[in-house]
Amino acid sequence: MTSTTLSRSLRYAESEVIAYRRTWRGTVITSFVNPVFFLAAMGLGLGQLVDGGTGQSLPIPFVPFVASGLIAANAMQNGASDGAFPVMAGVIWRKNFLGTITTPLGPTDIVWGRLIWGVGRLTFTLLVFVVIAVLFGALEIGPALLAIAPGVLTGIAFTSVITAWTLTRDDGRSLSTLFRFAIVPMFLFSGTFFPISQLPDWLEPMAYVTPLFHGVELARKIALPGVNGSIVTDMSMWVHVAYLGVMTAVGIYLSIRFLDRRIRP
Amino acid sequence: MTEPLVQARGLTKRFGEFTAVDAVDFDIQKGEAFGFLGPNGAGKTSTMKMITTVSPITEGKLMVFGVDPMVDGRSIRQRIGVVPQEDNLDLELTVAENLFIYGRYHDMKKSEINPRIDELLEFAQLTERHDSQVEPLSGGMKRRLTIARALINDPDLIILDEPTTGLDPQARHLLWDRLYRLKQQGATLIITTHYMDEAEQLCDRLVVMDQGKIVAEGSPRELIRQYAPREVVELRFHEGRQDSAVLEIEGLASRSEVLADRVLLYTDDADATQDGLHARGIQPEQVLVRRSTLEDVFLRLTGRGLID
Repeated sequence: MTSTTLSRSLRYAESEVIAYRRTWRGTVITSFVNPVFFLAAMGLGLGQLVDGGTGQSLPIPFVPFVASGLIAANAMQNGASDGAFPVMAGVIWRKNFLGTITTPLGPTDIVWGRLIWGVGRLTFTLLVFVVIAVLFGALEIGPALLAIAPGVLTGIAFTSVITAWTLTRDDGRSLSTLFRFAIVPMFLFSGTFFPISQLPDWLEPMAYVTPLFHGVELARKIALPGVNGSIVTDMSMWVHVAYLGVMTAVGIYLSIRFLDRRIRP
Repeated sequence: MTEPLVQARGLTKRFGEFTAVDAVDFDIQKGEAFGFLGPNGAGKTSTMKMITTVSPITEGKLMVFGVDPMVDGRSIRQRIGVVPQEDNLDLELTVAENLFIYGRYHDMKKSEINPRIDELLEFAQLTERHDSQVEPLSGGMKRRLTIARALINDPDLIILDEPTTGLDPQARHLLWDRLYRLKQQGATLIITTHYMDEAEQLCDRLVVMDQGKIVAEGSPRELIRQYAPREVVELRFHEGRQDSAVLEIEGLASRSEVLADRVLLYTDDADATQDGLHARGIQPEQVLVRRSTLEDVFLRLTGRGLID
């Protein structure tokens, strides 16, 4: 990315910030309230049951386990939505990308601008979540703040790949299919709510290949320093970073190509 | 003559097997209002998209401000304003914010943009709507806002793709009035339309496109003079009477067109033609005499009406 591409991308990101000042209210429930509900229901409610049993289920209390996983899962939800709905709006529903490219900005600037904005927005969303989790007593403030970074990486990896995918779709129905058959199952089975060692042996490898698994592992290893054994795998953190980094890079490359092909026929 | 602002030679656009624009040539001079007239699918929008640099050229040569859009599209886009066929305003933003973000895309300073917004909203008669949401605006207001947005960078060339399609007559006249003002201020306009009256009202010069090709070029008056005699006598007949009447009409006018619901007689002297009808005892249900328009030119050139 050259410095002029950067400055044009920032112009685009700026318009997203202006729009967010008008639309953030509509995102409060999905971005801020739902994750806290999950934390309360799973962490506190279900956690009572888990921790209160034999006491052998997990070597640590359930609440921090879930809270650390939710940093990544929450990032996935937000990042995925951001790669899906606004992109469909930009090319089909409202077609505002088609107007943007008649100005000096081009498809590359739109893609980078949206990602820059995505990083900012994910950071803010996760910061709010982390602060609430700390107030719940679920996480320690220092490591929890550090874990925002892997969360943002997870979110942006989803944004970029789903942006590219959305650009190959023609209607909104495919978006709900994506959420139903990819995002929700990942949310449930990639280690957010229970260690994937609990999955049947044949299913475990499938969890390893999902991006959310790597996000959850990375967030957990950072948010809960010193955890090991049955809670996280002994995979190096760099494996997770590399997985999510490559996913982001491929997503960006394809997004630019597909957006160009789509709106500059 | 100075170098044209836009110059096309053999300009061609293909989508797979389909040829949308078929080797067209045209020159657009600074300060003129240039029209592309034709039915849906004639290739007008594809031509506009190549000029606005958002669609790659398949073949031929195109220069805008002396720059090849395929080489440096961005420098062209800095100097143009585009009003697309479909409104693509940002519905999440207010009226003023829609102009603001385009000012920013054009790398303008905030201190430059804000006075410009006030000026443009005044021009578009939307001053009271400065902080309104875009969604509830009427179709005409949205169009005017889109035009104001296209003017934010004080463009040297304004491209309007079917600016009044879908508007009611009152909104259309208001829009024409605004475009006419731009013209008087010396702006260069490119307008596509399938409305004849619009082309006649706004364009100094125009090309008629049909199936990707330019079939005629000139000022509205020249085209009418060249392709349609001065006056048109429109005849409507009783149900089932038209076919036999057509045979009797032979020779009464310099040319005739038989449409599904009426017969058009092109003539330089409508009175003489009417006398002739009377003398032959032809009695249409209704006779209408009017001046010929670009619609007649189009009919002549393509054998089809503009809006089927």
